[in-house]
Amino acid sequence: MTEALWYTARGTGVVSLLLLTIVVVLGIGSRAGRPVFGLPRFAVSLVHRNASLMATVLIAIHVTTLLTDPYAHLKLLDLLVPFDAAYRAAWVGLGTTALDLVVAIVVTSLLRRRLGARTWRAVHWFAYAMWPIAWVHGIGSGTDRGSAWYLALAVAAATTVAAALIWRLGPTFATLGGRREPRSTPIATPNYRIPTPINRIPTPINRIPTPINRGGTQ
Amino acid sequence: MNLHINWTACDGRGLCAELLPEILAEDDWGYPLARSGAGADVPVPPELRQHARRAVDRCPRLALRLG
Amino acid sequence: MTAMLDTLVPPPRTGPNGSHRLLLAGVTTLDDHVRRNGGLPETAGRQIRSLVAEAGLTGRGGAGFPTHRKLDAVASGRRAVAVGNGAEGEPASRKDHALLSHAPHLVLDGLQLAARAVDAREAHLYVPSDAVAGVHAALAARRDPLAVTVHAAPDAFVAGEESAVVSAVGGGPAIPQDKSVRVIERGVRGRPTLVQNVETLAHLALIVRYGADWFRRAGTTDEPGTFLATLTGPVRTPGVYELPYGVLVGDAIAAAGGVTEPLQALLVGGYHGAWVPARPDVEISRAGLARYDASPGAGIVVPLAARSCGLVATAHVVTYLAGQRAGQCGPCVNGLPRLAETFIALAHCRSYPDLVSQVDRLSRLVVGRGACKHPDGTVRLIRSSLRMFAPEVSAHLTGWCTAARPAAHSDRIAS
Repeated sequence: MTEALWYTARGTGVVSLLLLTIVVVLGIGSRAGRPVFGLPRFAVSLVHRNASLMATVLIAIHVTTLLTDPYAHLKLLDLLVPFDAAYRAAWVGLGTTALDLVVAIVVTSLLRRRLGARTWRAVHWFAYAMWPIAWVHGIGSGTDRGSAWYLALAVAAATTVAAALIWRLGPTFATLGGRREPRSTPIATPNYRIPTPINRIPTPINRIPTPINRGGTQ
Repeated sequence: MNLHINWTACDGRGLCAELLPEILAEDDWGYPLARSGAGADVPVPPELRQHARRAVDRCPRLALRLG
Repeated sequence: MTAMLDTLVPPPRTGPNGSHRLLLAGVTTLDDHVRRNGGLPETAGRQIRSLVAEAGLTGRGGAGFPTHRKLDAVASGRRAVAVGNGAEGEPASRKDHALLSHAPHLVLDGLQLAARAVDAREAHLYVPSDAVAGVHAALAARRDPLAVTVHAAPDAFVAGEESAVVSAVGGGPAIPQDKSVRVIERGVRGRPTLVQNVETLAHLALIVRYGADWFRRAGTTDEPGTFLATLTGPVRTPGVYELPYGVLVGDAIAAAGGVTEPLQALLVGGYHGAWVPARPDVEISRAGLARYDASPGAGIVVPLAARSCGLVATAHVVTYLAGQRAGQCGPCVNGLPRLAETFIALAHCRSYPDLVSQVDRLSRLVVGRGACKHPDGTVRLIRSSLRMFAPEVSAHLTGWCTAARPAAHSDRIAS
C-alpha cells in the first residue's frame, strides 16, 4: 500500500513539473501579442490556464499522498512552513515554498476580477521564482534523484524554459508586434511652434458702457 | 447587451478579436475595432453572448466588461 | 468688521442689470464682495436646486449640460463631494483665470451653495497653479461652513476633463478615466461627485441671490443667461468679455474693439470646436451655431485673418492636440500623430494621392475609441476645417496656397 502511495507521489510530482513547464513557457509566449507555438492567442491563454489547474490538482494529490505516507514523515504544518520537515528538510522545504507560491498564483488568478489587475499581475510575477524552486525540489527530494530518466526530463524542462526566456529577452520577440507607439510618449512634433497667444494678452475684464444685448435684457 | 472596452486598460493583445471575429476586427495597431462602427460600447447579438463572456474572461488586461 | 458684514448685510433687492453680471457683481476682496452682494445666502439645498432648474442654468465648462440635472443626480447619492473646476486646459481660453483672480468670492460662494444643494461633505477647488495663491488668500478671509481643499491642476489640455479632475482630486493622475463608472455615482474616493466649472458656480451664486427670473432677463428663452467669452486674435482689445447667449458675432467683436484686419472665419468653442464663417449676423448660441456643427463651448472666439491660411492654422492646433494625448488609449496614442502628420502634409501643400481619404479614414479610426472625447474633438475641428476651407483644400492638393501668408512662414492662429 505504501509503495502505491510512494509511486503516486513520485508520478504526480514529475507530471506536475512537466505541466508547470508548459504553463511557464505559454505564459512567456502570451506576452508576444501574436499567435505562437502554432496556437492562436486565445488558445495560448486557455491551455496556460488549463495546464496550471491540472498541475494544481496533481500537486494536491502529490502532497496528500505524502501526508499519508509514513516514510515521508510529513505533517500538515509542513505544507505552509518550509524547512521544518523531519525528513530531508531542505528539499521538502523547497517543495513547500513552491506549493505556497502555486496556491497564491492560482487563487489570485481565479479571483483576479475581484482583486484588480495590479494585484493579480504583481503576484503572478512570482511564477518566475516558483518554477526554479519546484525544479530544484524535484531534483533533490525524490528517491529518483540520480536516476537517469528523471534527470533527462528535468534537463529537458530546464532547457525549454531557458530557451523561452532567451527568446523573450531577445530582439525577435517584439511584444505586441512592434507596430505601434509605446504608450505615454508625446508626439515628436515637426518644427512647428505651437502658439499660445493667450499668455501674452492682458486679461482685464472690460466694462463696456454700452451693453451688448439681444433677447431681452434690461 | 454591450461589450464595454476600457480603453485605458486595453493593450491590443487581440484575444477578443480572435474570439469574436463577427463583431470585432483589428485596427492598424492591433486594437479591437467594432465592425458596427461603435467606439467603446459594442452591441453583442444574443447568439454570441457566450463567446463574449469567454472574451471578457480571457482578456489579459481585464479591459472588457459585459453590460 | 468682516464678521458682522457676513451675516447682517442682505443682498440688494435687484441683481446687476444688463449683461455684465459677473463683471459687475464680481469684486476681489471679501469686504467689497459682501457689500455688493450680501453674505452667503441661507437658502436650503432643495430650494437651490429648484432655483437652478427654473433658471435653466447650463454648464459653462464647454459641454453645456443642464446644471440642475447634475445637482439632482448627485443629491440622490450619499456623502457627496463637490468640486469646482477652474483648470482651463484650453490655451485659447482665459475666463476661468480671470474669474478666479477678479471674482473669487463669487466662485467660492457658488461652491458652498452647490455643495449644500447636493449635501456634500467635502468641497474641493481645482485651479491652475498660478491661481492657487490667490484662491488661498480669498479662502483665508472667509469663514465657510464647509472647508475647501485647493488643488493645483497640471497645465495640460485633458487635465480639465471631468474624470481627470476627479482622479486628480482623489490623489491620482490628472488623466481621464474609463466611463463605465459615472462620476456622479462613484467619483472621488468612490463617492458621488459633482464637478462644476467655476463660471457655472459664479452664476449659481447670483441665481440664488436674485432668482431665476433675473437670470433669464439676459440671453434667449432656450439658452438663458450670460457667458464669459475669450476673444483673441486680430481684434483691437483681446480679453475676456461677458456676453448674453444669442449675441451676434458682430456685436461680440465690437465688444473687443473691432477687428484689426479683414477676417475669413472664426474658431468658436475652443480647440475642440469648429470654424464658422466671419459673418456678423452669426448668432453665438447652440441654436445659432448648430448649422456649422459648432457650439459656444467654453466661450472661445478666435477670428482668423483673411490673409492667413485656414489649413495652416488648423494644422497648428491639430499638432498641439496630438501632443496633448494622455497616452493611455491605443487608438488615440497612435492615431492622432498620424492624423496630425497627414494634416500637416495638406497644410504644407505636400499632396499625395488619397491624402484626403487618409484623413477621413484615420478620423473614423479614432472617434469614440478612447476614454475621453479628445480624439472626437480633434476630428470635429478637422472635419470643420475641411468644410470651411474647401477651396483651400483643392488648391493645396494641387500644390499651392491661396493665402497671402502660406505655410512657409511660421504662422499662428492669432496674428
